[in-house]
Amino acid sequence: MSMSKRALATAGLVLALSSVSARSEPQLGQPISDADIAAWDISIPPSGEGLPPGSGTFAEGRDVYAQSCLRCHGEGAAGKPADALVGGQGSLSTDAPQKTVGSYWPYATTLFDYIRRAMPLESPRSLSDKDVYAVTAYILGLNGIIPEDAVMDAASLPDVQMPNRDSFVSWYPSPPR
Amino acid sequence: MRNGIAKRQEALDQADLVAGNGLMSRRALLTAGGRMTVAAAAGGMSALAVSRSAAAEALSVPPSMTVPGAPMSGYGQPSPYEEAVQRGVLKPYGDLAPGTGVSMTPLQHLAGTITPNGLHFERHHNGVPSIDPETHKLLVHGLVKQNLIFTVNDLLRYPMTSRTCFLECSGNSFFNSFPKPMQMPCGMIHGLISGTEWTGIPLATLLDEAGVDPKGKWILAEGADSAGMSRSVPLDKVLDDCLLALYQNGERLRPEQGYPMRLLVPGWEGNMNVKWLHRIKVTEGPTETKDETSKYTDLQPDGIARQFTFPMGVKSVITHPSAGLAMQGPGFYEVSGLAWSGHGTIAKVEVSADGGNSWAEAALQEPVMSMMLVRFRLPWRWDGSLSRLMSRAVDDQGNVQPSHEAWAKQYATGPAGNLYHCNAVQTWEITAEGEIANVYV
Ligand code: HEC
Repeated sequence: MSMSKRALATAGLVLALSSVSARSEPQLGQPISDADIAAWDISIPPSGEGLPPGSGTFAEGRDVYAQSCLRCHGEGAAGKPADALVGGQGSLSTDAPQKTVGSYWPYATTLFDYIRRAMPLESPRSLSDKDVYAVTAYILGLNGIIPEDAVMDAASLPDVQMPNRDSFVSWYPSPPR
Repeated sequence: MRNGIAKRQEALDQADLVAGNGLMSRRALLTAGGRMTVAAAAGGMSALAVSRSAAAEALSVPPSMTVPGAPMSGYGQPSPYEEAVQRGVLKPYGDLAPGTGVSMTPLQHLAGTITPNGLHFERHHNGVPSIDPETHKLLVHGLVKQNLIFTVNDLLRYPMTSRTCFLECSGNSFFNSFPKPMQMPCGMIHGLISGTEWTGIPLATLLDEAGVDPKGKWILAEGADSAGMSRSVPLDKVLDDCLLALYQNGERLRPEQGYPMRLLVPGWEGNMNVKWLHRIKVTEGPTETKDETSKYTDLQPDGIARQFTFPMGVKSVITHPSAGLAMQGPGFYEVSGLAWSGHGTIAKVEVSADGGNSWAEAALQEPVMSMMLVRFRLPWRWDGSLSRLMSRAVDDQGNVQPSHEAWAKQYATGPAGNLYHCNAVQTWEITAEGEIANVYV
């Protein structure tokens, strides 16, 4: 008992004297390089930081879509049986708002990020980065957000202006006044 | 003993009616027995007193006293007589996406404030992954001095802390955002809520070890499920009270709750409490993932959407009596329910039995903890007439649970209107026949 008390007191002293915080014990994390975490580090913020090499077009995306998405998201991504990915622009302030990638989503980077991590539903992470760029271009093109001849890559995707970009208000840290 | 019971009975009988339609003072509970539980027992007797008619039958020896019982077992199960107490499962995409949906806790069959692990609600976006703790790892990286990777065995050696708190899906009570009240059991409407003792490691410990760059203001938390569930959480909250939870009510997490580890973000949207957690990236700003833009944002009628509405609002619901249960004739009932607030601690719960014309303050079962479910109780003598039971909670930050009308006015309606953060007052209408329905008042 007194041993552990002394140990605690010593720990307190160390805490007071050094910049190493006692709460960091027992320090069992193992260092790992940026290269070795690449397979996991897949989240893409609006800046586009971390977007992989490669590119894709609307025409290429149409094929990817037909192969991997059509059966759930329907012809022209109009929905059924799963979510519609097009349409609804201009509907958000009506009695029947329709939220889709085209009408609601504020960032195009989110579309790339989400498809790459979560779709197709039965085999996520199965598409190549090139295919993800392509199907992203296809969905953005169907929504009239980018021209059909646009090429989506790490440089162009973050620059895509989503129609509903300015209609979100952050309630953190507090609601707007 | 007899004398004591008689005294309590007397106190109950004389209890002031404190609000319309038979609501009795919570002080009847508190003063009569000194303790809420004792007084509640006396209340049960009072109901008997009202309905007592013929004398009971003569007793015989219970069969269970005549033969040896079942032997010991490795892991206990509920009584077979409780088999009907199940989570209610909803699969919005049916067999197309059987792992996408919810299962809801049958609140009308539970008491107290701790949710049994097997009845904790579920919300998954692509099923429950099967994860071997020997291979699962947690990565901490981004704006840190040193990327770090932790095995589960490493993490089990860290100093731990416990936090007993509620966890509520941001979409809880979404049925009450529909234009017409839906008729289903209380738990199917409000059962995306739990009260649990979570045990794990303060996330601050692991972030300290990695050394957070002063530019880091948020984290991105990601799960190792096939939805790659990911949410951004402000670093201030993370360092304040977030846990890497490994245990749930004393045992290791259930697979549905994120085995082997989940993020715990007390009081905030359930979706942020990322399950099967395997990666924390310290970032400058929010990552703007699908589940903080397309979903879990709250659309207003003017087409503007509220984003990052993290704390779950002050809320209460009467679970007894409630839809899914039936009244057993006029007489004494203990009205009881759950209250909680993601902004702090419940300060007061009021109950009405006359559709909101008059209100009485309910007794709060101790302990009353910040960001945890609180059980409230109030004695009621139902006269058998059409009655509307409601509860309204207030927290210590002065937040008051809104009426259904006031809540709904803030948001877009329609099939793709807002489903999130529904903390409107719940009204249960009790008919003379003893049926209980969901109504909007
Ligand atoms: C087996 C059916 C299925 C397939 C195949 C499928 N999806 Fe999905 N998709 C879903 C379901 C179900 C959801 C909703 C998931 C949830 O609730 O989190 C969804 C959601 C989405 C969303 C988000 C919609 C929104 O507005 O929030 C996008 C974008 C998407 N899918 C794109 C794709 C693309 C691109 C493909 C092909 C590469 C694809 N999906 C293949 C079933 C499918």
